[in-house]
Amino acid sequence: MKASVIVFPGSNCDRDAAVALEAAMGRPPAMIWHGDAELPQSDLIVLPGGFSYGDYLRSGAMAAHSPVMREVIKRAKAGTPVLGICNGFQVLTEARLLPGVLMRNATLKFICKDVHLRVERTDTRFTGRYEKGQVVKFAIAHKDGCYFADDDRLARLEGEGRVAFRYCDPQGNVSAHANPNGSRRNIAGIYNETGTVLGLMPHPERLADPALSGTDGAKMFKGLVEGLAA
Amino acid sequence: MKARITITLKPGVLDPQGKAIEGALHALGFGSAGNVRQGKYIEVEVAEKDPARARAEVERMCKELLANTIIENYAYELEAA
Repeated sequence: MKASVIVFPGSNCDRDAAVALEAAMGRPPAMIWHGDAELPQSDLIVLPGGFSYGDYLRSGAMAAHSPVMREVIKRAKAGTPVLGICNGFQVLTEARLLPGVLMRNATLKFICKDVHLRVERTDTRFTGRYEKGQVVKFAIAHKDGCYFADDDRLARLEGEGRVAFRYCDPQGNVSAHANPNGSRRNIAGIYNETGTVLGLMPHPERLADPALSGTDGAKMFKGLVEGLAA
Repeated sequence: MKARITITLKPGVLDPQGKAIEGALHALGFGSAGNVRQGKYIEVEVAEKDPARARAEVERMCKELLANTIIENYAYELEAA
């Protein structure tokens, strides 16, 4: 299996993603610079966290128009799985591969902490190793993570089962108290129509090794590799 | 031509920065300040001299990059540079 991690100027979780991928795949992913118009054949494309282009204009707005993204969008539309983490999620919304917008956190503060998430679906490539409704611990580190979509769009997303993860308390209760950033309906991650593109604000790669005080994130990479290598 | 572009959040979209600014205005004694909404202002010089074509160009810039039309509205004025 071959994976590619796209590196934008200002990406800072690209190497973390590569380490988590290598642990799951047994070989390192290709690191692809944003200015490259060519993308090698890839079974999985990862858009990592960070602050691409310094978050100028809007988080992810510039990166969404960088040369390599034209190819990423083409591949995503043809069915190649794409995982966007944190800034990668922002890039996916700005590139219109995922609906909605990530806005400034309701608290206006940068939040860096571990959060609990409820796994809403287990029938996608990304979540096959989790149980439905399972509570997992991932890390968040963002200032623009407040998910917004209008009421019609939200109703459609819910109806189509496209919410991937919701912020919850350790017991799995999805409450306002457990919502770190003001996201509508506690949404932490969403899928595209086919469940092959996932964007999420929390970082699975940051809790993917026992040395990092958690391994819940490793299951996402393991599950992806198992499914894609088969 | 020069475009003066204003980008604002659509009505109904939560604006915590606007709220914080409003709170600061109240703290300074501006009790009459209410409903503060913040946005962006961008100037762009467009080489195109024909107003209709320049307008079409600026329109596309706003839609494709400068504003995220899911949450933002844009408006602009064009003047001879």
